[in-house]
This record gives sequence, C-alpha cells and structure tokens, in this order.
Amino acid sequence: SWPTYEDIYKKVIEIAKFLDLPRFPEITEDCFLHPNILCMKYLMEVNLPDEMHKFTCEVVKMTGTGEVDFLTFDPIAKVAKTVKYDVQAVAIIVVVLKLLFLLDDNLEWSLSDIAEIYNEENKEDKPWFDFRKWYQVMKKSVDEKKQKWEEARAKYLWKSEKPLYYSSIDKPVVYKRREMVVNLQKQFSTLVDSTPTVEKKSPSSFQFNWREEEPGKICFHGHSLQGILKKKGQSLTTKNPLYWLSTQKFCKSYCKHVTTYEESNFSLSYQFILNLFSFLLRIKASSLHEEVSLIEKRLFKTKYSKTKKKSSRSRK
Amino acid sequence: MSDFSEELIRPSSDDDQVEKCVLSGKGMYFPWLRKHVETVETRGKKEKDFAQATNACLNFIQEALQKHQWQRAAEYMHSYLQILEDSDSYKRQAAPEIIWKLGSEILYYHPKSSIETFNTFADRMKNIGVMNYLKISLQHALYLLHHGMLEDASRSLSQAETWRYGEKSSSQEVLINLIQAYKGLLQYYTWSKKKMELSKLDEDDYVYNTASQNMLNHTWKTSINLGPLIQTPGVWDPFVKSYVEMLDFYGDRDGAREVLTNYAYDEKFPSNPNAHIYLYDFLKREKAPREKLISVLKILYQIVPSHKLMLEFHRLLRKSDKEEHHKLGLEVLFGILDFAGCTKNITAWKYLAKYLRQTLAGDHLAWVQEEWNSRKNWWPHFHFSLFWAKSDWKEDKALACEKALVAGILLGKGCRYFRYISKQDHHVLKKKIKQMKKSVKKFSIVNS
Repeated sequence: SWPTYEDIYKKVIEIAKFLDLPRFPEITEDCFLHPNILCMKYLMEVNLPDEMHKFTCEVVKMTGTGEVDFLTFDPIAKVAKTVKYDVQAVAIIVVVLKLLFLLDDNLEWSLSDIAEIYNEENKEDKPWFDFRKWYQVMKKSVDEKKQKWEEARAKYLWKSEKPLYYSSIDKPVVYKRREMVVNLQKQFSTLVDSTPTVEKKSPSSFQFNWREEEPGKICFHGHSLQGILKKKGQSLTTKNPLYWLSTQKFCKSYCKHVTTYEESNFSLSYQFILNLFSFLLRIKASSLHEEVSLIEKRLFKTKYSKTKKKSSRSRK
Repeated sequence: MSDFSEELIRPSSDDDQVEKCVLSGKGMYFPWLRKHVETVETRGKKEKDFAQATNACLNFIQEALQKHQWQRAAEYMHSYLQILEDSDSYKRQAAPEIIWKLGSEILYYHPKSSIETFNTFADRMKNIGVMNYLKISLQHALYLLHHGMLEDASRSLSQAETWRYGEKSSSQEVLINLIQAYKGLLQYYTWSKKKMELSKLDEDDYVYNTASQNMLNHTWKTSINLGPLIQTPGVWDPFVKSYVEMLDFYGDRDGAREVLTNYAYDEKFPSNPNAHIYLYDFLKREKAPREKLISVLKILYQIVPSHKLMLEFHRLLRKSDKEEHHKLGLEVLFGILDFAGCTKNITAWKYLAKYLRQTLAGDHLAWVQEEWNSRKNWWPHFHFSLFWAKSDWKEDKALACEKALVAGILLGKGCRYFRYISKQDHHVLKKKIKQMKKSVKKFSIVNS
C-alpha cells in the first residue's frame, strides 16, 4: 500500500528519538518552514488574494504558532513532538477563510453577490474578491487534477522487476507466471501509442500555475478583500461577526485521535475547502480537520475554558 | 450564477459540532470502526492499496470500453495484467476469465490489432488456468469464422475436441457439444461448396468420381458430429437445416423426416416455430397429403398466428372438404390481420374480402359474427379510420379498395372508410368501386 502521512510522521519522531538526535536548527521568521512563509506559498497555490496574508500572520501571532520554541523539533526534550508544518499552515488558511467568509453555505454567497455587483459597476478599479468565481475556477481545476491523479494511480505498476517468492518450490511457477504476464503486457503495449508520455518533472513544488491567464482561469492574487471588510475606528475588521468552531469538545480517552470528522455535519463550502487542501497535500481530510480544530483551540482558548467550566458545573 | 449557489445553500443547521467519543445521549460514533467492519467482507484483511488500485483500473477499463476508447482501454489493460500475479489466490484464479473477456473485446475493435495478435492472445489465454481452455477455444474459433478463416477455425475446434482434464463437469459437456456442433457445421459448409463445384462438373469427367468420393467422406464426418447432437434438447436451427439438406441429397428421406419430426414434436425441445417451418417445407417438397400439411401448420398457427405461411395455410384450409377447416380458415385470416405488421398485406385483404363473400353466401353468418364480436371494438380504429382511408388511397389504391370492401361488409356502408373510398373518382378502378358498392349492399352484416 502507499504509505500514509500519519504513519511517516510517527516514524519520523520515533527514529529521531531512537537516534538521539540533538535539537534541530531553529526555525525563525525568515526560515522557509515558518508558517508565515508557508501560508504565503499555499495562498498562492490556491489562488487566493495576497491580502489574506495579513490575516494569516495575525492568526499566527495570536495562537503563538510562530514561536521559535514551538516550531523547532527537539527530539531529546521530554515530550518529543514536532509540528506538521505544511498541514498547520494550511489549517491557518482555513481558519482565516472561516473568519472572513463564515463558510456556512450562506454568508459567503451573499458576500459574493455584493462583490459581483461592485465589480460590474467599477470595472476600472481593483476587483473585489468574489468567492463564487473563485469556487468555480478552483473546482474545475482541482477536479481535473484529481481525475488525472486517480488515473495515474490506477495504472501504477506494483510488481518489482524480479518476482518475489517465499519458498524455493514456488520458484518455477512464479517465474512462469511472470513470463506470461510480460508477454501479454508486451502485446498490449504495442497497441498503445508508441510515443511514451513521460511527463517532465517540473522543478517547482507548485501543482497549479495561475500566472498564465486562460479563458476559464482567473488569477485572484491581486484581488482586494475590500468587500468583506468594514471600518471600525482606526482599523478594519471583517463584516462577518460570527464564527463556528470545528470541534466543540475534544476527545480525552485513549483512542489516538483528537476529534472526529463526519462530513455530513459540516457545510458544503467547508467540505469543499477541506477536500481541496487535503488533495493538495495528499492527506486525509480528517487530519486537516483535526489540525484546524487544534488551531482554533489555541485561538479561542477562553471559549474552550468557559465551556469546560460550564460542563463541570453541570455535573455537580 | 445564482442557481449555482442555490444548489449549495441548505437550511443552516446547528453548526456547533458535538463530537461524541464517550457514551452520551445520542450514541457512540467511531469512524475508524466502520473501516474495520467493511473488512469483514474481505475476511479480515484490510483492502490494500494494490487491490484498490486494481479495482479502479478495472473500472477505468470498463468505462473506456463503453465509450469505445480502445487506446485508453489498452493502456489500462497493460496495468491490469499484473493482477495475474496477485498474492490473493482467489483473485488470481478469477482473473484469466475477466482478462480474456475484456482483452478480446479490445483486440477485436482496436484499429491497430490484427488477426495474428488476436491469435497469440487467445493461445496464451488458453494456457493460463485449465478451466478456461474450452470456452476460449470456442470463442476463438468463432472469431476466426467471422474473419473467414475456416481451416484455422476447424483446426482449433479439432484441437479443443481432444482436450481432457480430469472428469468432465456438466458445463464442460455443454461446451464440448457446442464445439462438435460447430465443427459439424464447418464440415457441412465445405460439403456444400464441393456440391456446387460438382454441379458444375460434367458427369463423365474423371474428376467427378474423386470429388464425389470426397464429398461422401465429409458427409460421414458431419453426420457423426451432428447426429447425436440433435438428440439433445435445444435450439439447433442452422445445424438441423444443414443436416437435413445433406440427408435429402443422398435420398435418405426417411432419416430426414425422422430428424425433423423429432425436432418439431419432441416435448423435451423448447417450442420453436422454425422447427415446424422446416418440417412443413420438407413435407411440401415430398408432396405429402393435405391433411398432414394442415396438421403441421395448425401447430404453427397456434404459436405464431402472424406468420407469412398462414396465408398458405388459409389456402389449404379453403381447398379442404371439411367444414371445420373452412371455419378455421376464416379464423386464420382474421388472426393474420390482427397484427400491425400485416395491415398493408394486400393478399390478406383480398383473401378476406373474397372469403367473407363466400362465407356469407354460404349462409355462415354466425361464423363471421363470432369472429367480428371480439374485434368490433378495436378494428374500426385500427384499420378503418379516416386517416388510414386517406393514406391507403394515396399509397396503394388496390389495397384501399379491398379494405373498403371488407369495411363495408363488416361495418355497413355508413362507415367512414367505405364512404371515403366510394367517393373517390378513379377511371381505372371505377368499375371495381361499383362492384364494391354492389357487394356491400348485398352482403353487409349490419343490415341483416
């Protein structure tokens, strides 16, 4: 089977502990693995406006996930853990999206309507970011990519060059079988197009490229978030005053997970966002959901401690 | 644009998520448990990614075949072949059949594939796993037949005939029978070719003897193959036909008759109208007595009342002496015209017109009324509407006249069809129309 992200992550920590590795080099603000920079990378990848970066930096500051000590991996510390850098960065973006658009299958579309009207009337100015348009562009692109990925997975050749066998009695049978398969494969490969479609591996790790404007593809990097912000005194704040938590209560029992993700409990926009990012990172949507909940836990510490007090009071 | 968001907007539910991992009012929820429960089907082993990938591959192949994308199907087939090496022996055994079915489809339709590639593929698949040998051989032979390579097909079938592996299971018996049947059919074909050649040769030609001897050999071989087969219940139309033709040629009338009667009347055989047709044709050639012919066709009438032989049947019945046959003749005619495929059959209408006149003149009004009773609700709309009157007159005036006569007799001269046709002015058919009006006046059952 293909190895999963969680698996490798656990093994990373185990090996580092086993090898008694010293503290890793520190991750400061200008290091590539710092959430600010990773957030920028993923915002670009997913074609969201650059202005959102301010918000992600704010969230990083408020949750303390940008601290050097938090980020650096120290295997010999008492509790060896490391941060899943990319997953965390993406989770921060999800939280920011929730802050700005609420993602309750309602507000984001009304905000899009307003943005659309503004864009129609003011074609000269910098366009306001329209969630609906972004959704359409992203859905199409990500569906295409997903389809290609699934096809490539289905065609994957698993068996090694030399056939495996577990006892010497099996050897002739296994070799004969391999010979048959190779012959048959040769027959079918002559039917396939003779030009091998070996895709050149591009040097960058970006899966999408939004710079080249095609008729269906719009680049949202330069769009402004003006439509969803309003002035409050000296600073700007979001028009959206509401927020919903991904997890109300965290699991404290012995099972290894933190929270569970049942798709039907959440809005379709939220599901779309989770699926989009989890496909990009090739992880499960539930892992991303877990990470988002953890970020929210740090962000809304007071809310969680309030509910804790409430539940302890009710037990009395 | 707005309908797009319409489909996504749901009534905003309570978004406060309550992830319950401990016992509470609503019950427990373990997502990881579901995956384990699903593995019960696979006897406790979690579906590995290999199995998942091969399943996905299979789905893609099927999708590509449905869309006729042969190229794409070949690509996926290339990757799917690795299932022959699956460590799961259950899957490994089921694989050759799937691969044969899908692979033969691809190779049949792919523009780049040729007969040789198909042959090599078939040969290889035959040798993978012993159970499939017969089936693949038979299908391979049919493929070769389709491409006109008769000798190769015959050779392949002979090879398959001699195959033995352990005890013959019942399904293999069936396959072996089929193989023998097709072999017999191929030999029949060579025989009939030789017969044609022979007919062109002169009797005195020295080649004639050798050729006829050759033919006899083939006959003998074919009869060995086909004879016992025809005893087994089933539908063997092309085989029976060829066998009977051969027997007929050599003058073995009794043998042929026996085979045909067996084929038609043996209860173990499924009901097959063709059997009766073959028997009837044979008896007609033999100039069998009318009674016999009528009894054979009676059965056919019961199975397929709209067959074109029914008109012949009617003629036979008409010529017969018995009164019950005459009544049956009327029934048969009405029966033929019940079917939509025969509505424009001018012979049928002509017969009906003439026969109605004959029957009514012979004072058998009761018969006509009996037949008409079950039909008077729907025949007027079915045959005699104004629409039909117009279109029939445009298409085929003779047909229209016959129909009008029948309509007039059965529905009276007030019916639309009759009125429309009688109003038409056509210098050739004027006389006929006049006759029609007279007959209707005389015979119409509405008045009496």
